[in-house]
Amino acid sequence: MEFLLHLIKAFVVGGLFCVLAQILIDKTMLTPARILVLYVSAGVLLTAVGLYKPLVDFAGCGATTPLTGFGYSLAEGVRKAVDEKGLIGALTGGFTGASGGIAAAITFGYLFALLFRSHPKK
Amino acid sequence: MNKKAYGEYVKARMPKSPLLKDCAFAFLVGGLICSLAESLLHLYLYWKIPEETAKTLVPVTLVFVSALLTGLGVFDDIAKFAGAGTLVPITGFANAVAAPAIENKSEGLIMGVGAKMFTIAGPVIVYGTLCSVVYGVIYWIVGLF
Repeated sequence: MEFLLHLIKAFVVGGLFCVLAQILIDKTMLTPARILVLYVSAGVLLTAVGLYKPLVDFAGCGATTPLTGFGYSLAEGVRKAVDEKGLIGALTGGFTGASGGIAAAITFGYLFALLFRSHPKK
Repeated sequence: MNKKAYGEYVKARMPKSPLLKDCAFAFLVGGLICSLAESLLHLYLYWKIPEETAKTLVPVTLVFVSALLTGLGVFDDIAKFAGAGTLVPITGFANAVAAPAIENKSEGLIMGVGAKMFTIAGPVIVYGTLCSVVYGVIYWIVGLF
């Protein structure tokens, strides 16, 4: 039962992040690249002011899966590194938190670029 | 015809904004991806994978599936109606890396695949990193007092 509640929270919060972006795309003609940049930056900012962590505690993957969650892992990584190592942590912490996603995207993107041919646009 | 009447005329002639439909699909698909991520997390924890590892493994899994679907040409079919629903989750980031890599393969492995991979992912990493460094410096300064 608790599992189902987790799923619903993740669904609603994650879905709402997407709806907000959809409204921005439809109403302001922001390109997808700008949306992604906006989301990752907003994620860092919201984490910095302490608003994003409670959302992650509430919605789990509903908050970590949208690209704002990528900003969250960058900011959390930086915060932990500054706590441990001081100012140098501002430079070293970000990629510690986000390395999994970035390295996976590069590795699998490269792998499938080797394996597949491009598909003609329909 | 005055300005107001003309405005109304134009409005009536414009194609109906599919905003509501777009949002419904974005909500549905985005929500599904996030609850799939949540299910994966529970599955990995159930398999006794340590929590920190499991939390990294979830986005890695999503990235793998998105890159594969991009390679198969299926991702675009889903993204066409899902809009922001597939863009905003990490699936969109993975697609933004894999799609130009595959498309520009003919330009070679260095300047084609290697460089074009970062057409969209590059700005995301640049601005994400910049913001996090600024936050780190401010956090450090605040910690001094």
